[in-house]
Amino acid sequence: MANDNNFNKWNRRDLLKTLGGIPLFGAVWYAGASLTGSAKREKQFLLETLNIKASPPPASGPMSGKPLRIGIIGFGIRGEQLCRALGFATNDWIKEMQDAAEKNPKDTRLKDFKAQENLNIQLAGICDIFDVRAEDALASFNKDGNKIKRYRTHTEMFNSGEIDAVIIATPDHWHAPMAIEAMNAGVHVYVEKPMTHNVSETYALRDAVLKNPKTVFAVGHQHRQTQSFLTAQDVIQKNILGHVSLVTTNTNRNDDNGAWQYDIHEKASPKTIDWNMFLGSAPKTDFNLEHFFRWRKWWAYGSGLSGDLLTHDYDRINCILKMGIPHSVTASGGIYTHRDGRNVPDVLQVNMEFPDFSTGGSQDKGKEKGMTFVYSATLGNQFDRGTVLMGHDGSMELGNRITVYADPRSTKYAELIKEERIEPGVPIYQYDPAVSGTDAVTSATAKYFANKGLLWTYRDGKRVDTTYLHLREWLSCIRNGGTPSCSIKEGFDEAISAHMAGLSFKLGRRIDWDPIAQKIIAKPGEDLDAVLLSNA
Amino acid sequence: MRPRLHQPLKSSINMNTHTLTAAQRNTLVFLRVLIGWHFLYEGVIKAYNPSWTSKGYLLSASILKPFFAWLAGESMVGAIDMLNIAGLIFVGISLLIGIKVRWGCIAGIALLALYYLAHPPFPGLPQGPTEGSYWIVNKNLFEMAALLVVYQFPLTSAFGLESMFSKPKASTALK
Repeated sequence: MANDNNFNKWNRRDLLKTLGGIPLFGAVWYAGASLTGSAKREKQFLLETLNIKASPPPASGPMSGKPLRIGIIGFGIRGEQLCRALGFATNDWIKEMQDAAEKNPKDTRLKDFKAQENLNIQLAGICDIFDVRAEDALASFNKDGNKIKRYRTHTEMFNSGEIDAVIIATPDHWHAPMAIEAMNAGVHVYVEKPMTHNVSETYALRDAVLKNPKTVFAVGHQHRQTQSFLTAQDVIQKNILGHVSLVTTNTNRNDDNGAWQYDIHEKASPKTIDWNMFLGSAPKTDFNLEHFFRWRKWWAYGSGLSGDLLTHDYDRINCILKMGIPHSVTASGGIYTHRDGRNVPDVLQVNMEFPDFSTGGSQDKGKEKGMTFVYSATLGNQFDRGTVLMGHDGSMELGNRITVYADPRSTKYAELIKEERIEPGVPIYQYDPAVSGTDAVTSATAKYFANKGLLWTYRDGKRVDTTYLHLREWLSCIRNGGTPSCSIKEGFDEAISAHMAGLSFKLGRRIDWDPIAQKIIAKPGEDLDAVLLSNA
Repeated sequence: MRPRLHQPLKSSINMNTHTLTAAQRNTLVFLRVLIGWHFLYEGVIKAYNPSWTSKGYLLSASILKPFFAWLAGESMVGAIDMLNIAGLIFVGISLLIGIKVRWGCIAGIALLALYYLAHPPFPGLPQGPTEGSYWIVNKNLFEMAALLVVYQFPLTSAFGLESMFSKPKASTALK
């Protein structure tokens, strides 16, 4: 290399050397601006083509007027959660959350709880057949202007004239008997899922609800309040996915709590538990702490995966597709991870057939019809498989977020895919109620951060808790009229479908539904309720 | 106090004793232009994308979490995004067209240091999406080092607008 020792050369006003950066600057700026512009135009084009209306469900009505007097039956794990959603937390829970927040300032559970809206209710009655729990509720909720009373039995509570509405969070075998009695006593009902424990009481409860139109009935499928569901309904209505032939849903859990292996309370004994009341219509058995605290593990009191968890997934999809009761159901599974004496399966696969159902199509008329709903569950692994609605033209991943992908072999999007305006591997639509609005194409990085949930924000400054929204909707219907989003029609669909799955698993054969007679088809002499409830 | 940006360099390559060859000079200018190009493009892409935000990047920081969480807070993140975009574009323009290059280098190093610290490629820390494999040294660190070089050799007289505003002097030949 030659030495440059001629300073005059440096001093020379070389136009290129002075201004040469400016065209480079212009080129880079133009490239960036035009690329972003064309990406934006493509995105806009896609959003306009799809024309999906993204909206959260409308808020339920005002909570004004006289405070509603609420009774709670069953103050176990779920009962406590429901009370918290209503604004009532036990002393123990508050203490636990205070300690947690002290240890970890990011733990905002207590703060969120305190920020919750006042629902203008009095938690006025408690029924729990385990003294410790009932007393816990009395000690925790007889303060701050609230007066709560313990009732020995639900009948006593319903007939007291002191309770306007009741939340039933008992073992499954008590859901329908209590709900029917409450409805007939004119007490509004919020019953946990599954709505019923056997087939015949599903009809009896439906009759009771229809007979008492002024009494508001809701089933506890809080997933219906998920912010993305109206948007998902619109995706289906606009036929974005084309003909949906398969819906896959699942449960994956891998811990004792998820497998219903709950703690047994140290103070539990025949003296502190009304065992006969617990048994109710269930087969007579000696006092058994396992049965009392871990009732979900036995058909006599619970309904296993088909009643406990399938119902949530079935109802989420029924909320969007409104496909109703399946034509037939097959199920299989077994107890493969938790061989601890339980008799409900811990692995269950359910196929529900809807041969006459269609979400609409894009191909020749008559070519597309029919759909299978698959529920696949294990309590021995927690790999998240997501819920997917699979159509000829696209797939929709459904959760808090909605993501839609075009199918590479789609008829509807064939031209756009050919023109490379749609890439099948990249979402054509994404709705995330946690961030603002909608998106058509997301970068890998943005998706990475979004999937980690880091872009979550609170709605109107408050955490959106679906159980709270669901209870609020029920309370609003009591106060302002209207029907809850999950009432008797939806509950009936849910219960019958779940019972068909349970029956198929237990009988080892396909179970058919007669839509004209509105009955599950039984073989001559077969008692479906006995099959469902038997511990065999 | 103004940094002594226009003082004669105290580096080992002293103007009075050493000079650069044309090839050395061009190589250094080339490096400066490339970095400027990179910064400018990043800034422009973000400026034209209204939904872009640094929030996710900041909130997922693997060290100094409280600091980055503070930057990502509702009251801050809008200003942080604006500053980031403005910073990127400023660094880009300064290096590309050769004006206030040393200021550009300092701003660029500061931005890169923040990016580096939010997601340092330290063993045991989550790496997030990257296109390569890094251990302690990553491309942010490289670009910081490259900016240090440019800081030492701004060479605005060799290629840059700044030479138009200041009468070229022998002593600033390395600017």
